[in-house]
Amino acid sequence: MAIVDRLGAALEGAGGGVILTSVDALVDWSRGQSLWAFPMGTACCAMELIAASFNKFDFDRLGTFPRPDPRHTDVIILAGTITEKMKPAVKLLYDQMPDPKWVVAMGNCTVSGGIFYYDTYSVVRGADTFLPVDVYIAGCPPRPESMMDGVLQLRELVKTESLAPGKRHARELLLPEAPAESGGES
Amino acid sequence: MSIYEAIRAVVEEMAPDLGITVTESWDDAILDIPAESLLAVGRELKARGFDRLGMVTAVDRDEEFELVYRVQSRTLSAAAFVKTRVARERASIDSLYEVWPAADWQEREVWDLFGIAFVGHPDLRRILLPEDWPGHPLRRDYEDANVIKRPDYI
Repeated sequence: MAIVDRLGAALEGAGGGVILTSVDALVDWSRGQSLWAFPMGTACCAMELIAASFNKFDFDRLGTFPRPDPRHTDVIILAGTITEKMKPAVKLLYDQMPDPKWVVAMGNCTVSGGIFYYDTYSVVRGADTFLPVDVYIAGCPPRPESMMDGVLQLRELVKTESLAPGKRHARELLLPEAPAESGGES
Repeated sequence: MSIYEAIRAVVEEMAPDLGITVTESWDDAILDIPAESLLAVGRELKARGFDRLGMVTAVDRDEEFELVYRVQSRTLSAAAFVKTRVARERASIDSLYEVWPAADWQEREVWDLFGIAFVGHPDLRRILLPEDWPGHPLRRDYEDANVIKRPDYI
């Protein structure tokens, strides 16, 4: 990752915006098409996450499929209530993921604490109190369709990222389309 | 013979100085005992076929804590509640670990949430909350600055 980071800064500094944009388009395309997910299922939302992974909804076709090892994954899906006791474990697993990495907060409990917001001593009120959340999915629990919408939104987010530090493109970068094949022999 | 009658028959065989009062409630038997005789009652029940401790829990009754044990018997096909009370200031009682090892985690949970100490428990640590948690949350007088009170209009 360090080499790619320096490349981005060098191209940006030399005024190579056009080249950088093209590299960004390629990198973002390759990252956005295969967001491997770490399913951090801590409560009932995990059931909907499992349903989303299997054949009726089939996340594999979006390039998102669950891996049980944080070191293989790009995005951590926080599915379920995070308690004060679970918080250090979630943080540890997030820290073990290699950069670049994204966080999806799935369900009301990870968004804000949900029904445990009031009168509860043991629940963390929102995963964004200790992790940088990129996509919030509301629901108690969210249907797999919402989950799918969240993944598509995350893909849009990933495809606006730039290798230059602290920069983001205004819209999704598209790779140039392949030239149409000439008539051919018929 | 109902479950209550079966359990009543078992209790009548047991030593009278244990101070057991049996009451019927919904065809279920409740054994009210003094806290001092808990361990002795546990041993007697185990010897008479109550081979399983299903549950240990507690209720906060303001001045005292009520401890509730569910004992079950596979040979008699029966189950009973055993209830006893300890004073709030001296919240401590004998552990039933040596009679039913299943009491291990159950008593740790009661210690964690109610702060009732079990004398003779081999490993009395918190089980659900972090080790450094202050206080025991299921006590009625528990206060935590982190808790947000629910507003009246919800």
